[in-house]
Amino acid sequence: MNLENHVRLDGNTAVVYANEYLNKIMGERIERECRDRIASGCSRLMVSFRDTEIVNSIGISILLGVIDAASDADTEVLFTDVNDDIAHLFETLGLTRHAQIVASLN
Amino acid sequence: MSEPQQKLIHTFSALADIGQEVAHKYNFHEMIRTSFHLLLGSLAIMRGGIARYSRLGNELNFLAVRGLGDDFPVSTSIDPADELEFLSAGMSPIELSQAKMLIFFQQYQPIVEKKGIELIIPMIVHDELVGLVMLGEKASGEPFNSADRAIVQAMARHIGVGIYQRNLMMELERKAEQNRRMYEEMRLTYADTVKSFAAAIDYKDKYTEGHSVRVGKYSELIARQLDWSDERIEGVAVAGYLHDVGKLTVERNIINSPQRIDAKESAELNKHPAVGYEILLPIHHPYTDVPLAAKYHHERLDGRGYPDGLSDNEIPYIAKIVALADSFDAMTTNRPYKARRPANEVVEDLQRNSGKQFAPELVTALCEGMLSELEGTSKDRSFRKLLGREYMEASEMVPMLKDILNGINATGPLTLIASH
Repeated sequence: MNLENHVRLDGNTAVVYANEYLNKIMGERIERECRDRIASGCSRLMVSFRDTEIVNSIGISILLGVIDAASDADTEVLFTDVNDDIAHLFETLGLTRHAQIVASLN
Repeated sequence: MSEPQQKLIHTFSALADIGQEVAHKYNFHEMIRTSFHLLLGSLAIMRGGIARYSRLGNELNFLAVRGLGDDFPVSTSIDPADELEFLSAGMSPIELSQAKMLIFFQQYQPIVEKKGIELIIPMIVHDELVGLVMLGEKASGEPFNSADRAIVQAMARHIGVGIYQRNLMMELERKAEQNRRMYEEMRLTYADTVKSFAAAIDYKDKYTEGHSVRVGKYSELIARQLDWSDERIEGVAVAGYLHDVGKLTVERNIINSPQRIDAKESAELNKHPAVGYEILLPIHHPYTDVPLAAKYHHERLDGRGYPDGLSDNEIPYIAKIVALADSFDAMTTNRPYKARRPANEVVEDLQRNSGKQFAPELVTALCEGMLSELEGTSKDRSFRKLLGREYMEASEMVPMLKDILNGINATGPLTLIASH
Protein backbone atom coordinates (compact mmCIF):
# COMPACT_ATOMS: atom_id res chain seq x y z
CA MET A 1 0.00 0.00 0.00
CA ASN A 2 1.42 3.36 -1.03
CA LEU A 3 0.63 6.06 1.52
CA GLU A 4 1.81 8.93 -0.65
CA ASN A 5 -1.73 9.62 -1.84
CA HIS A 6 -3.18 9.12 1.64
CA VAL A 7 -1.28 11.72 3.63
CA ARG A 8 -0.33 15.27 2.74
CA LEU A 9 1.10 18.12 4.75
CA ASP A 10 -0.47 21.58 4.84
CA GLY A 11 1.75 23.69 7.07
CA ASN A 12 1.53 22.24 10.54
CA THR A 13 -1.54 20.24 9.60
CA ALA A 14 -1.31 16.67 8.34
CA VAL A 15 -4.27 15.62 6.21
CA VAL A 16 -4.95 11.92 6.17
CA TYR A 17 -7.35 10.36 3.66
CA ALA A 18 -9.04 7.40 5.25
CA ASN A 19 -10.31 5.39 2.33
CA GLU A 20 -11.23 1.66 2.29
CA TYR A 21 -7.87 0.72 3.87
CA LEU A 22 -9.03 2.11 7.20
CA ASN A 23 -11.35 -0.86 7.66
CA LYS A 24 -8.67 -3.49 7.15
CA ILE A 25 -5.59 -4.56 9.01
CA MET A 26 -3.65 -2.53 6.41
CA GLY A 27 -5.14 0.52 8.12
CA GLU A 28 -2.47 0.09 10.80
CA ARG A 29 -0.12 1.73 8.36
CA ILE A 30 -2.34 4.82 8.28
CA GLU A 31 -2.18 4.86 12.08
CA ARG A 32 1.61 4.53 11.99
CA GLU A 33 1.87 7.32 9.45
CA CYS A 34 -0.26 9.54 11.65
CA ARG A 35 1.90 8.75 14.66
CA ASP A 36 5.01 9.66 12.64
CA ARG A 37 3.44 12.98 11.63
CA ILE A 38 2.50 13.70 15.24
CA ALA A 39 6.02 12.79 16.38
CA SER A 40 7.50 15.12 13.76
CA GLY A 41 5.59 18.04 15.24
CA CYS A 42 2.26 18.36 13.43
CA SER A 43 -0.03 20.36 15.69
CA ARG A 44 -3.18 19.29 13.90
CA LEU A 45 -4.29 16.09 12.26
CA MET A 46 -7.25 16.11 9.89
CA VAL A 47 -8.73 12.80 8.87
CA SER A 48 -10.76 13.07 5.69
CA PHE A 49 -13.52 10.57 5.03
CA ARG A 50 -14.08 11.88 1.50
CA ASP A 51 -13.75 8.40 -0.03
CA THR A 52 -15.11 6.42 2.91
CA GLU A 53 -18.70 5.23 2.97
CA ILE A 54 -18.65 3.16 6.15
CA VAL A 55 -16.31 2.63 9.09
CA ASN A 56 -16.23 -0.78 10.74
CA SER A 57 -14.80 -1.84 14.11
CA ILE A 58 -11.25 -2.12 12.74
CA GLY A 59 -11.56 1.42 11.40
CA ILE A 60 -12.87 2.68 14.77
CA SER A 61 -9.97 0.98 16.56
CA ILE A 62 -7.43 2.53 14.22
CA LEU A 63 -8.97 5.98 14.67
CA LEU A 64 -8.82 5.47 18.45
CA GLY A 65 -5.13 4.68 18.07
CA VAL A 66 -4.67 7.97 16.20
CA ILE A 67 -6.65 9.85 18.87
CA ASP A 68 -4.60 8.20 21.64
CA ALA A 69 -1.30 9.16 20.00
CA ALA A 70 -2.54 12.68 19.38
CA SER A 71 -3.72 13.20 22.95
CA ASP A 72 -0.30 12.21 24.31
CA ALA A 73 1.25 14.92 22.11
CA ASP A 74 -1.47 17.55 22.53
CA THR A 75 -2.22 17.32 18.82
CA GLU A 76 -5.70 18.28 17.74
CA VAL A 77 -7.63 15.69 15.70
CA LEU A 78 -10.40 16.73 13.33
CA PHE A 79 -12.64 14.59 11.16
CA THR A 80 -13.80 16.06 7.85
CA ASP A 81 -16.01 15.08 4.90
CA VAL A 82 -17.91 12.73 7.17
CA ASN A 83 -21.23 11.39 5.87
CA ASP A 84 -24.28 11.28 8.14
CA ASP A 85 -24.03 7.57 8.97
CA ILE A 86 -20.40 7.78 9.98
CA ALA A 87 -21.02 10.99 11.92
CA HIS A 88 -23.84 9.29 13.77
CA LEU A 89 -21.67 6.28 14.55
CA PHE A 90 -18.82 8.46 15.83
CA GLU A 91 -21.24 10.27 18.06
CA THR A 92 -22.83 7.08 19.35
CA LEU A 93 -19.47 5.51 20.19
CA GLY A 94 -18.08 8.66 21.77
CA LEU A 95 -15.34 9.46 19.27
CA THR A 96 -16.62 13.00 18.97
CA ARG A 97 -15.60 13.57 22.58
CA HIS A 98 -11.99 13.33 21.37
CA ALA A 99 -12.13 14.58 17.79
CA GLN A 100 -14.35 17.30 16.39
CA ILE A 101 -16.22 16.78 13.11
CA VAL A 102 -15.78 19.70 10.75
CA ALA A 103 -17.52 20.31 7.46
CA SER A 104 -14.62 20.13 5.01
CA LEU A 105 -10.91 20.65 4.63
CA ASN A 106 -11.41 24.27 3.72
CA MET B 1 -31.78 4.35 12.33
CA SER B 2 -31.96 4.83 16.09
CA GLU B 3 -28.79 5.10 18.17
CA PRO B 4 -29.16 1.74 19.96
CA GLN B 5 -29.89 0.00 16.65
CA GLN B 6 -26.78 1.42 14.99
CA LYS B 7 -24.66 0.49 17.98
CA LEU B 8 -26.08 -3.02 17.98
CA ILE B 9 -25.40 -3.52 14.27
CA HIS B 10 -21.87 -2.20 14.69
CA THR B 11 -21.04 -4.53 17.58
CA PHE B 12 -22.70 -7.56 16.02
CA SER B 13 -20.77 -6.98 12.79
CA ALA B 14 -17.59 -6.99 14.88
CA LEU B 15 -18.67 -10.20 16.58
CA ALA B 16 -19.35 -11.86 13.22
CA ASP B 17 -16.04 -10.62 11.83
CA ILE B 18 -14.08 -11.93 14.79
CA GLY B 19 -15.63 -15.40 14.40
CA GLN B 20 -14.63 -15.44 10.76
CA GLU B 21 -11.19 -14.14 11.61
CA VAL B 22 -10.51 -16.91 14.11
CA ALA B 23 -11.88 -19.62 11.83
CA HIS B 24 -10.12 -18.65 8.63
CA LYS B 25 -6.90 -16.79 9.37
CA TYR B 26 -3.83 -18.96 9.03
CA ASN B 27 -1.43 -16.27 10.22
CA PHE B 28 -1.80 -16.37 14.00
CA HIS B 29 -0.31 -12.96 14.76
CA GLU B 30 -2.40 -11.25 12.10
CA MET B 31 -5.46 -12.98 13.50
CA ILE B 32 -4.63 -11.63 16.96
CA ARG B 33 -4.03 -8.09 15.70
CA THR B 34 -7.23 -8.04 13.66
CA SER B 35 -9.26 -9.52 16.51
CA PHE B 36 -7.77 -6.96 18.86
CA HIS B 37 -8.90 -4.11 16.58
CA LEU B 38 -12.36 -5.65 16.25
CA LEU B 39 -12.63 -5.99 20.03
CA LEU B 40 -11.53 -2.43 20.76
CA GLY B 41 -13.48 -0.99 17.85
CA SER B 42 -16.73 -2.77 18.64
CA LEU B 43 -17.34 -0.63 21.73
CA ALA B 44 -14.78 2.09 20.97
CA ILE B 45 -12.48 1.06 23.79
CA MET B 46 -9.53 3.42 24.03
CA ARG B 47 -6.82 1.00 25.13
CA GLY B 48 -6.14 -2.56 26.12
CA GLY B 49 -4.15 -5.71 25.50
CA ILE B 50 -4.41 -9.39 24.62
CA ALA B 51 -2.08 -11.86 26.32
CA ARG B 52 -1.44 -15.55 25.75
CA TYR B 53 -0.86 -17.80 28.73
CA SER B 54 1.52 -20.72 28.49
CA ARG B 55 1.27 -23.39 31.17
CA LEU B 56 4.86 -24.30 30.42
CA GLY B 57 6.56 -21.90 32.82
CA ASN B 58 3.26 -20.20 33.69
CA GLU B 59 4.13 -17.35 31.36
CA LEU B 60 1.81 -14.58 30.29
CA ASN B 61 2.89 -12.83 27.10
CA PHE B 62 1.08 -9.87 25.63
CA LEU B 63 0.60 -10.31 21.89
CA ALA B 64 -1.15 -7.03 21.19
CA VAL B 65 -1.21 -3.87 23.29
CA ARG B 66 -2.51 -0.38 22.62
CA GLY B 67 -2.30 2.79 24.62
CA LEU B 68 -0.66 1.25 27.68
CA GLY B 69 2.68 3.02 27.30
CA ASP B 70 6.19 1.88 26.50
CA ASP B 71 6.90 0.77 30.07
CA PHE B 72 4.04 -1.74 30.11
CA PRO B 73 5.49 -5.19 30.99
CA VAL B 74 4.65 -7.39 28.00
CA SER B 75 5.72 -10.58 29.71
CA THR B 76 5.22 -11.89 33.21
CA SER B 77 4.57 -15.09 35.10
CA ILE B 78 1.29 -16.09 36.67
CA ASP B 79 1.11 -17.56 40.13
CA PRO B 80 -0.75 -20.92 40.23
CA ALA B 81 -3.13 -19.36 42.77
CA ASP B 82 -3.99 -16.64 40.22
CA GLU B 83 -4.56 -19.28 37.57
CA LEU B 84 -7.13 -20.91 39.86
CA GLU B 85 -8.78 -17.52 40.41
CA PHE B 86 -9.04 -16.99 36.67
CA LEU B 87 -10.46 -20.45 36.16
CA SER B 88 -13.06 -19.89 38.83
CA ALA B 89 -14.02 -16.57 37.20
CA GLY B 90 -14.95 -18.66 34.15
CA MET B 91 -14.54 -15.92 31.53
CA SER B 92 -16.63 -13.41 33.45
CA PRO B 93 -14.96 -10.01 33.28
CA ILE B 94 -13.02 -9.24 36.45
CA GLU B 95 -13.39 -5.71 37.79
CA LEU B 96 -10.26 -3.73 38.65
CA SER B 97 -11.15 -3.86 42.36
CA GLN B 98 -11.20 -7.69 42.24
CA ALA B 99 -8.05 -7.86 40.11
CA LYS B 100 -6.09 -6.07 42.83
CA MET B 101 -6.35 -9.26 44.89
CA LEU B 102 -4.37 -11.23 42.29
CA ILE B 103 -0.67 -11.76 42.90
CA PHE B 104 0.45 -11.15 39.30
CA PHE B 105 -1.46 -7.90 39.22
CA GLN B 106 0.89 -6.15 41.67
CA GLN B 107 3.30 -5.64 38.79
CA TYR B 108 0.62 -4.04 36.64
CA GLN B 109 -1.31 -2.06 39.22
CA PRO B 110 0.43 1.34 38.86
CA ILE B 111 0.31 1.37 35.07
CA VAL B 112 -3.19 -0.08 34.91
CA GLU B 113 -4.53 2.53 37.28
CA LYS B 114 -2.75 5.30 35.39
CA LYS B 115 -4.08 4.11 32.05
CA GLY B 116 -7.58 3.44 33.28
CA ILE B 117 -7.90 -0.32 32.68
CA GLU B 118 -11.41 -1.28 33.77
CA LEU B 119 -11.85 -4.96 32.96
CA ILE B 120 -9.76 -8.11 32.87
CA ILE B 121 -11.31 -11.07 31.04
CA PRO B 122 -9.72 -14.50 31.42
CA MET B 123 -9.87 -16.57 28.24
CA ILE B 124 -10.76 -20.13 29.17
CA VAL B 125 -11.19 -22.94 26.66
CA HIS B 126 -11.92 -26.53 27.73
CA ASP B 127 -11.26 -25.60 31.37
CA GLU B 128 -7.83 -24.33 30.45
CA LEU B 129 -6.60 -20.77 30.87
CA VAL B 130 -5.24 -19.73 27.47
CA GLY B 131 -4.84 -16.00 28.04
CA LEU B 132 -6.50 -12.82 29.15
CA VAL B 133 -7.80 -9.56 27.78
CA MET B 134 -7.34 -6.19 29.49
CA LEU B 135 -9.71 -3.42 28.49
CA GLY B 136 -9.55 0.27 29.27
CA GLU B 137 -12.24 2.94 29.27
CA LYS B 138 -14.67 3.48 26.43
CA ALA B 139 -14.31 6.55 24.23
CA SER B 140 -17.80 7.59 25.36
CA GLY B 141 -16.63 7.69 28.98
CA GLU B 142 -19.60 5.54 29.97
CA PRO B 143 -19.00 2.53 32.18
CA PHE B 144 -19.29 -0.99 30.70
CA ASN B 145 -22.92 -2.06 31.10
CA SER B 146 -24.10 -5.68 31.21
CA ALA B 147 -24.65 -5.80 27.40
CA ASP B 148 -21.12 -4.46 26.83
CA ARG B 149 -19.73 -7.11 29.16
CA ALA B 150 -21.60 -9.86 27.34
CA ILE B 151 -20.21 -8.62 24.01
CA VAL B 152 -16.58 -8.39 25.12
CA GLN B 153 -16.91 -11.74 26.85
CA ALA B 154 -18.19 -13.36 23.62
CA MET B 155 -15.41 -11.78 21.59
CA ALA B 156 -12.78 -12.83 24.11
CA ARG B 157 -14.14 -16.37 23.89
CA HIS B 158 -13.57 -16.35 20.11
CA ILE B 159 -10.03 -15.04 20.51
CA GLY B 160 -9.43 -17.67 23.21
CA VAL B 161 -10.46 -20.39 20.76
CA GLY B 162 -7.98 -18.97 18.25
CA ILE B 163 -5.20 -19.09 20.85
CA TYR B 164 -6.24 -22.59 21.91
CA GLN B 165 -6.10 -23.80 18.30
CA ARG B 166 -2.66 -22.26 17.91
CA ASN B 167 -1.50 -23.97 21.13
CA LEU B 168 -2.81 -27.29 19.83
CA MET B 169 -1.03 -26.78 16.54
CA MET B 170 2.23 -25.93 18.32
CA GLU B 171 1.85 -28.98 20.53
CA LEU B 172 1.29 -31.13 17.44
CA GLU B 173 4.35 -29.65 15.78
CA ARG B 174 6.38 -30.27 18.96
CA LYS B 175 5.17 -33.88 19.10
CA ALA B 176 5.88 -34.36 15.40
CA GLU B 177 9.42 -33.06 15.94
CA GLN B 178 9.82 -35.35 18.93
CA ASN B 179 8.63 -38.32 16.84
CA ARG B 180 10.98 -37.37 14.02
CA ARG B 181 13.91 -37.36 16.45
CA MET B 182 12.84 -40.66 17.96
CA TYR B 183 12.53 -42.16 14.50
CA GLU B 184 15.99 -40.87 13.63
CA GLU B 185 17.42 -42.41 16.80
CA MET B 186 15.68 -45.71 16.06
CA ARG B 187 16.97 -45.61 12.50
CA LEU B 188 20.53 -45.11 13.75
CA THR B 189 20.08 -47.90 16.31
CA TYR B 190 18.78 -50.15 13.55
CA ALA B 191 21.72 -49.23 11.32
CA ASP B 192 24.18 -49.97 14.14
CA THR B 193 22.46 -53.31 14.81
CA VAL B 194 22.64 -54.23 11.14
CA LYS B 195 26.34 -53.36 11.02
CA SER B 196 26.95 -55.45 14.15
CA PHE B 197 25.21 -58.35 12.45
CA ALA B 198 27.34 -57.86 9.36
CA ALA B 199 30.45 -57.88 11.52
CA ALA B 200 29.25 -61.06 13.23
CA ILE B 201 28.64 -62.73 9.85
CA ASP B 202 32.07 -61.70 8.59
CA TYR B 203 33.75 -62.77 11.82
CA LYS B 204 32.71 -66.34 11.10
CA ASP B 205 34.52 -66.32 7.77
CA LYS B 206 38.16 -65.42 8.36
CA TYR B 207 38.94 -65.32 4.61
CA THR B 208 36.22 -62.87 3.69
CA GLU B 209 36.54 -60.44 6.53
CA GLY B 210 34.58 -57.29 5.84
CA HIS B 211 32.71 -58.88 2.91
CA SER B 212 29.19 -58.08 4.14
CA VAL B 213 30.10 -54.50 4.93
CA ARG B 214 31.67 -54.07 1.49
CA VAL B 215 28.65 -55.62 -0.26
CA GLY B 216 26.47 -53.16 1.66
CA LYS B 217 28.68 -50.29 0.47
CA TYR B 218 28.80 -51.45 -3.16
CA SER B 219 25.02 -51.94 -3.17
CA GLU B 220 24.65 -48.40 -1.81
CA LEU B 221 27.00 -46.98 -4.47
CA ILE B 222 25.11 -48.74 -7.27
CA ALA B 223 21.74 -47.49 -5.97
CA ARG B 224 23.13 -43.97 -5.60
CA GLN B 225 24.21 -44.08 -9.23
CA LEU B 226 20.62 -44.98 -10.11
CA ASP B 227 19.45 -41.76 -8.38
CA TRP B 228 17.39 -43.62 -5.82
CA SER B 229 15.96 -41.79 -2.82
CA ASP B 230 18.05 -41.75 0.37
CA GLU B 231 15.58 -44.08 2.06
CA ARG B 232 15.76 -46.68 -0.71
CA ILE B 233 19.56 -46.39 -0.80
CA GLU B 234 19.65 -47.11 2.94
CA GLY B 235 17.38 -50.09 2.34
CA VAL B 236 19.59 -51.64 -0.32
CA ALA B 237 22.68 -51.02 1.83
CA VAL B 238 21.03 -52.89 4.70
CA ALA B 239 20.15 -55.72 2.30
CA GLY B 240 23.83 -55.85 1.34
CA TYR B 241 24.99 -55.91 4.96
CA LEU B 242 22.64 -58.79 5.78
CA HIS B 243 22.68 -60.80 2.55
CA ASP B 244 24.86 -63.57 4.03
CA VAL B 245 23.15 -63.75 7.44
CA GLY B 246 22.19 -67.36 6.60
CA LYS B 247 25.88 -68.28 6.76
CA LEU B 248 25.67 -68.02 10.55
CA THR B 249 24.11 -71.50 10.49
CA VAL B 250 26.72 -73.04 8.15
CA GLU B 251 29.58 -75.03 9.71
CA ARG B 252 32.66 -72.89 10.21
CA ASN B 253 34.93 -75.56 8.63
CA ILE B 254 32.90 -75.39 5.40
CA ILE B 255 33.05 -71.63 5.24
CA ASN B 256 36.73 -71.54 6.14
CA SER B 257 37.81 -74.51 4.00
CA PRO B 258 41.20 -73.63 2.42
CA GLN B 259 40.42 -75.74 -0.67
CA ARG B 260 37.41 -76.17 -2.89
CA ILE B 261 34.54 -77.73 -0.92
CA ASP B 262 32.93 -81.01 -2.05
CA ALA B 263 29.37 -81.43 -3.35
CA LYS B 264 27.86 -82.19 0.05
CA GLU B 265 29.54 -79.22 1.64
CA SER B 266 28.53 -77.10 -1.31
CA ALA B 267 24.90 -78.15 -0.89
CA GLU B 268 25.13 -77.17 2.77
CA LEU B 269 26.65 -73.81 1.93
CA ASN B 270 24.06 -73.18 -0.78
CA LYS B 271 21.30 -73.32 1.80
CA HIS B 272 22.43 -70.00 3.28
CA PRO B 273 20.21 -67.76 1.05
CA ALA B 274 17.02 -69.58 2.07
CA VAL B 275 18.11 -69.73 5.72
CA GLY B 276 18.94 -66.02 5.61
CA TYR B 277 15.45 -65.33 4.27
CA GLU B 278 13.90 -67.28 7.15
CA ILE B 279 16.00 -65.37 9.67
CA LEU B 280 15.18 -61.95 8.22
CA LEU B 281 11.50 -62.48 7.40
CA PRO B 282 10.04 -62.08 10.93
CA ILE B 283 11.95 -58.83 11.52
CA HIS B 284 10.04 -55.58 10.91
CA HIS B 285 12.60 -53.85 8.73
CA PRO B 286 11.99 -50.19 7.97
CA TYR B 287 12.81 -51.05 4.34
CA THR B 288 11.08 -53.51 2.04
CA ASP B 289 12.58 -56.55 0.37
CA VAL B 290 15.57 -57.03 2.70
CA PRO B 291 14.71 -60.74 3.21
CA LEU B 292 14.22 -61.19 -0.56
CA ALA B 293 17.69 -59.80 -1.22
CA ALA B 294 19.14 -62.44 1.11
CA LYS B 295 17.14 -65.21 -0.54
CA TYR B 296 17.86 -64.36 -4.17
CA HIS B 297 21.32 -62.84 -4.21
CA HIS B 298 22.69 -65.96 -5.94
CA GLU B 299 20.09 -65.96 -8.70
CA ARG B 300 21.21 -65.13 -12.27
CA LEU B 301 19.36 -63.40 -15.11
CA ASP B 302 19.82 -66.49 -17.31
CA GLY B 303 18.09 -68.72 -14.71
CA ARG B 304 21.24 -70.69 -13.78
CA GLY B 305 21.44 -69.39 -10.24
CA TYR B 306 20.12 -70.77 -6.98
CA PRO B 307 18.11 -71.48 -4.81
CA ASP B 308 15.12 -71.28 -7.20
CA GLY B 309 16.67 -70.81 -10.63
CA LEU B 310 14.67 -67.62 -11.21
CA SER B 311 15.22 -65.67 -14.40
CA ASP B 312 15.46 -61.92 -15.08
CA ASN B 313 12.02 -60.47 -14.29
CA GLU B 314 11.36 -63.03 -11.57
CA ILE B 315 14.32 -61.84 -9.54
CA PRO B 316 13.55 -58.97 -7.12
CA TYR B 317 15.43 -55.87 -8.21
CA ILE B 318 17.12 -55.41 -4.85
CA ALA B 319 18.51 -58.96 -5.13
CA LYS B 320 20.00 -58.12 -8.53
CA ILE B 321 21.88 -55.19 -6.99
CA VAL B 322 23.15 -57.23 -4.05
CA ALA B 323 24.11 -60.08 -6.42
CA LEU B 324 26.29 -57.76 -8.48
CA ALA B 325 27.83 -56.19 -5.38
CA ASP B 326 28.47 -59.66 -3.92
CA SER B 327 30.17 -61.00 -7.06
CA PHE B 328 32.15 -57.80 -7.55
CA ASP B 329 33.53 -58.05 -4.02
CA ALA B 330 34.27 -61.76 -4.46
CA MET B 331 36.28 -61.00 -7.60
CA THR B 332 38.17 -58.06 -6.12
CA THR B 333 39.24 -59.65 -2.80
CA ASN B 334 41.48 -62.57 -1.95
CA ARG B 335 39.69 -65.85 -1.23
CA PRO B 336 41.18 -69.01 0.35
CA TYR B 337 41.03 -70.83 -2.97
CA LYS B 338 41.38 -67.92 -5.33
CA ALA B 339 43.55 -64.78 -5.36
CA ARG B 340 42.10 -61.40 -6.08
CA ARG B 341 41.64 -60.96 -9.82
CA PRO B 342 43.31 -58.09 -11.65
CA ALA B 343 41.17 -55.09 -12.50
CA ASN B 344 41.13 -55.77 -16.26
CA GLU B 345 39.84 -59.31 -15.70
CA VAL B 346 37.11 -58.08 -13.37
CA VAL B 347 35.92 -55.50 -15.89
CA GLU B 348 36.00 -58.12 -18.65
CA ASP B 349 33.99 -60.47 -16.45
CA LEU B 350 31.39 -57.79 -15.82
CA GLN B 351 31.13 -57.13 -19.54
CA ARG B 352 30.95 -60.83 -20.44
CA ASN B 353 28.28 -61.58 -17.84
CA SER B 354 26.20 -58.48 -18.35
CA GLY B 355 22.74 -59.71 -19.38
CA LYS B 356 23.55 -63.30 -18.31
CA GLN B 357 24.44 -63.10 -14.65
CA PHE B 358 24.06 -59.38 -13.98
CA ALA B 359 21.47 -56.78 -14.98
CA PRO B 360 23.14 -54.62 -17.67
CA GLU B 361 21.92 -51.31 -16.24
CA LEU B 362 23.41 -52.23 -12.88
CA VAL B 363 26.78 -53.08 -14.45
CA THR B 364 26.54 -49.68 -16.15
CA ALA B 365 25.78 -48.00 -12.82
CA LEU B 366 28.72 -49.73 -11.12
CA CYS B 367 31.12 -48.83 -13.92
CA GLU B 368 29.85 -45.25 -14.12
CA GLY B 369 30.38 -44.89 -10.37
CA MET B 370 34.00 -46.03 -10.66
CA LEU B 371 34.64 -43.93 -13.77
CA SER B 372 33.23 -40.77 -12.22
CA GLU B 373 35.61 -41.23 -9.28
CA LEU B 374 38.60 -41.85 -11.54
CA GLU B 375 37.82 -38.88 -13.79
CA GLY B 376 37.14 -36.64 -10.79
CA THR B 377 33.56 -35.79 -11.80
CA SER B 378 32.51 -37.14 -8.41
CA LYS B 379 34.12 -36.06 -5.13
CA ASP B 380 33.24 -39.42 -3.62
CA ARG B 381 36.23 -41.64 -2.88
CA SER B 382 34.30 -44.75 -1.82
CA PHE B 383 35.56 -47.08 -4.58
CA ARG B 384 39.16 -46.06 -3.88
CA LYS B 385 38.65 -46.78 -0.17
CA LEU B 386 37.05 -50.17 -0.84
CA LEU B 387 39.34 -51.40 -3.62
CA GLY B 388 42.55 -49.66 -2.66
CA ARG B 389 44.05 -46.78 -4.57
CA GLU B 390 46.59 -48.84 -6.53
CA TYR B 391 44.01 -51.32 -7.75
CA MET B 392 41.53 -48.63 -8.62
CA GLU B 393 44.06 -46.52 -10.49
CA ALA B 394 45.43 -49.35 -12.66
CA SER B 395 46.46 -47.80 -15.97
CA GLU B 396 43.96 -49.71 -18.09
CA MET B 397 40.98 -49.04 -15.82
CA VAL B 398 39.61 -45.83 -17.40
CA PRO B 399 39.70 -46.99 -21.06
CA MET B 400 38.25 -50.36 -20.05
CA LEU B 401 35.38 -48.76 -18.15
CA LYS B 402 34.70 -46.47 -21.11
CA ASP B 403 34.71 -49.49 -23.44
CA ILE B 404 32.31 -51.40 -21.28
CA LEU B 405 30.01 -48.38 -20.96
CA ASN B 406 29.98 -47.97 -24.75
CA GLY B 407 29.37 -51.66 -25.27
CA ILE B 408 26.64 -52.46 -22.79
CA ASN B 409 23.12 -52.07 -24.03
CA ALA B 410 21.73 -50.84 -20.74
CA THR B 411 18.11 -51.44 -20.07
CA GLY B 412 16.12 -48.22 -20.45
CA PRO B 413 14.37 -46.46 -17.61
CA LEU B 414 11.02 -47.99 -18.49
CA THR B 415 12.34 -51.48 -17.91
CA LEU B 416 13.97 -50.28 -14.72
CA ILE B 417 10.66 -49.12 -13.34
CA ALA B 418 8.92 -52.29 -14.43
CA SER B 419 11.55 -54.34 -12.64
CA HIS B 420 10.94 -52.74 -9.22
